[in-house]
Amino acid sequence: MKTHDVIILGAGPAGLSAAAELKRLGVNDIVIIDREQTGGGIPRHCGHTGYGLLQFGKLMTGPDFAKRLVDRVSDLDLRLGQTVVKLEPNGRLQLTGPRGLETLQAQKVLLATGARETPRSARLVSGTRPWGVMTTGALQQFAYLHGKAPFQRPIIIGSELVAFSALLTLGHVGVKAVAMIEEGPRITAWRPADWVARIGFGVPVMTDCRDLRILGQDRVEGLAFQRRGVTRTLDCDGVIFTGQFRPETALLTQSHLEIDPGTRGPVIDQLYRCTDPSYFAGGNLLRGIETAGQCYREGKSAAHAIHAALQDGLGAAATPIRIEAGGALSYVYPQRLTGRGPYDPLLFKARTRVATRGTLRVLADGREIWSRPISVLPERRIAWRVPAIDLTGVHHLTVDLQPRK
Amino acid sequence: MAGLADTNHTQVVIIGGGVVGCAIFRRFAMGGLKPVLLEAGRDILSGASKANSALLHTGFDAPHGSLELSCMQNGYREYLGIREQLNLPLVKSGAMVVAWNEEELAKLDGIVAKAHANNVTDVVRIDREALRRQEPLLSPKAIGGVHVPGEHIIDPWSAPLAYVHQGIAHGGIVLRDCRVESGHFDGVWHLDTNQGEVTADLVINAAGNQGDIVEAINRPAPFRITPRKGQFVVFDKPAARLLKAIILPVPTARTKGIVICRTAFGNVLVGPTAEDQEDRIHAEVDQAALRQLMTRGAEMLPGLANIDVTAVYAGLRPATQFKDYQITAQPDRRWMTVAGIRSTGLTAALGIAQHVAGLYGASFGRLQDAEPIWTPVPNLCEENPRPYQNPLGCEILCHCEWVTRAEIDSALAGDFPAGDIGGLKRRTRAMMGRCQGFYCSAQVMAAAEGKLAP
Repeated sequence: MKTHDVIILGAGPAGLSAAAELKRLGVNDIVIIDREQTGGGIPRHCGHTGYGLLQFGKLMTGPDFAKRLVDRVSDLDLRLGQTVVKLEPNGRLQLTGPRGLETLQAQKVLLATGARETPRSARLVSGTRPWGVMTTGALQQFAYLHGKAPFQRPIIIGSELVAFSALLTLGHVGVKAVAMIEEGPRITAWRPADWVARIGFGVPVMTDCRDLRILGQDRVEGLAFQRRGVTRTLDCDGVIFTGQFRPETALLTQSHLEIDPGTRGPVIDQLYRCTDPSYFAGGNLLRGIETAGQCYREGKSAAHAIHAALQDGLGAAATPIRIEAGGALSYVYPQRLTGRGPYDPLLFKARTRVATRGTLRVLADGREIWSRPISVLPERRIAWRVPAIDLTGVHHLTVDLQPRK
Repeated sequence: MAGLADTNHTQVVIIGGGVVGCAIFRRFAMGGLKPVLLEAGRDILSGASKANSALLHTGFDAPHGSLELSCMQNGYREYLGIREQLNLPLVKSGAMVVAWNEEELAKLDGIVAKAHANNVTDVVRIDREALRRQEPLLSPKAIGGVHVPGEHIIDPWSAPLAYVHQGIAHGGIVLRDCRVESGHFDGVWHLDTNQGEVTADLVINAAGNQGDIVEAINRPAPFRITPRKGQFVVFDKPAARLLKAIILPVPTARTKGIVICRTAFGNVLVGPTAEDQEDRIHAEVDQAALRQLMTRGAEMLPGLANIDVTAVYAGLRPATQFKDYQITAQPDRRWMTVAGIRSTGLTAALGIAQHVAGLYGASFGRLQDAEPIWTPVPNLCEENPRPYQNPLGCEILCHCEWVTRAEIDSALAGDFPAGDIGGLKRRTRAMMGRCQGFYCSAQVMAAAEGKLAP
């Protein structure tokens, strides 16, 4: 069996930017695999604008951005409609597709399988289970890939940025939402988005809605919820659960690779390497959702790490230093440091679930080696670089956010 | 597909396309009577049979001497006898009845004795260490158990589907979206349905949660259905590595309690709850109850705490005020009643069909014994080969459950295609995986366009 230089799993922004960068670095034997029939990942079905400004110098729609990413690697081996069914140690993959079951082997594999929204079931939402309950991603595909409106009077649950994408998507097929409903006390996206929904779309935004309960038998007929002590019921024929993105780790959970319960993505080191050094990971698989631009950048960085690894430039893996999130942080990644120090600079990314003002700290074996004051909102990326640190003799790093008293 | 015009007059009408109705339909079709199955929903299994724990029970803990026990054991035997020809899965997991405290431990010997009295002779008591060896990831709080090697895991939807296919092959007719509203008897039965009148020499009421309402067409119902709701949580596939056997609790008088087991599809389920309700149609899940199931599940099998929830569901079991099944024949009224089939219906269905055929024979003459026409159904069980592994290639539409376009096309075609989205999901598992349709629902619905009821 032929051993490819690199196999990239997932033809979204992270995977395709890694492919383009590897090609630029002179790696030519690259196979890109995606289970969908079209490359481009989630931007394929984000029909609204907002993409490409930083990458290609112009504002584009999701599908145009996706196409641009694909076109740049058109000379590479892009295999669409192929599904990897198993990850095996040392870069060996089993896949299926139009040619049946196959085994592929690569020196290095980049996992870039992206993220998806948490569906109604995993949110444990009460009520019946009629047709018409879906996620934004599914809605986008109905609307932008098939020109269909699966309902006429839906309610949008959640107020992350993607909820506003749901509004735009509904508009594309001529549907107006009944309401946008947020369980928390304020909307999660940036504040003016609220006015966009209310004034731009004429859709009421209701915060503090709890105990959602879906009504209906064959089709959705309504949504009941508690608001400030009062039970309310809104008639609707669909419910869109937006956001709460999580890494698409179906393959990882059945593999030998370690998963971080915090990010729910793979455990990686500072060079995007998984716990099997023939596997790397990048993009939204690492933690849930970021912008396509962020995934693009990570794909590029991961490509450099993979390129170095192919040149044997990463050195032998030493005993890894474990990194743990603490305080108000729900996770931090990378989750470990491997290879030689000093690490300069070290890029950390983290999130909190609640708005927090306080001190972000890095502790080496319990001793503070870096800190800075910070004020963060929930579900926003916190990213920072820690300048040159020598971690000789250190076993364990803690990264935490201590709320100010 | 057959319609009402094909059924002007028929010898046997079965009301209710749940697993029990489907099995009776099969039995009577094979007996040469060309039965007509009337199902109110847009597909079979729209009521109680849509949601259960998908187990094939030995009857080790069923009431001794009950009709339920004999139907279960006959059903169990027949399922094992026909499953290969119908391509129905069987995950030979065995079960462990697990005691979590001294009080439960004290009941184990009684469970073994009852099993032996029920002629399930391979049931044995096992101690804490043996339990630990067999199920090492079970909580160490388990202090003893009873091993029931014959309890198995099956696919709750492909079995009744296979029964219906076989019944159709033998000349039976299924009318879906056909609700019986009233009827009268003048030597033959005239049933008024939303699709028009159906006349029949004999009516078999297998209407599940509507059993007493349908029975009232014939007589004041001697039983009352109080649906008992059971909620379930289904965990993602990595959970299947945490256990082998079906973990059963020591039963109480009211319920068999919470079960943890793998599914034929490679997941793990925890449930059911047991909640009486008046509503016969709506089976709501409830966040607090689901959280309790998850907590209890993780207490018993700690590894579950780290595994994502794939699906949640709730089913309604047609319980009556009586413990045993309510199966009778009223030959003068040319009516048979098959009611109160609670949680054991999936196991017992084929046995119930045998029993009903026997009652029929006693009053109306023996059914024929036709050479069976076998109608194997597509396999959805992870343990057996599936179409995505086809060396000739495939196109996968549902990425979580690896459902191919060919499987979806096939479920929407033929002489008994899926009747609604739920039926399509049950036939293929499309959209039933961890993403619940995030990736595939638009593509699956496009494939189904114009082929499903709106």
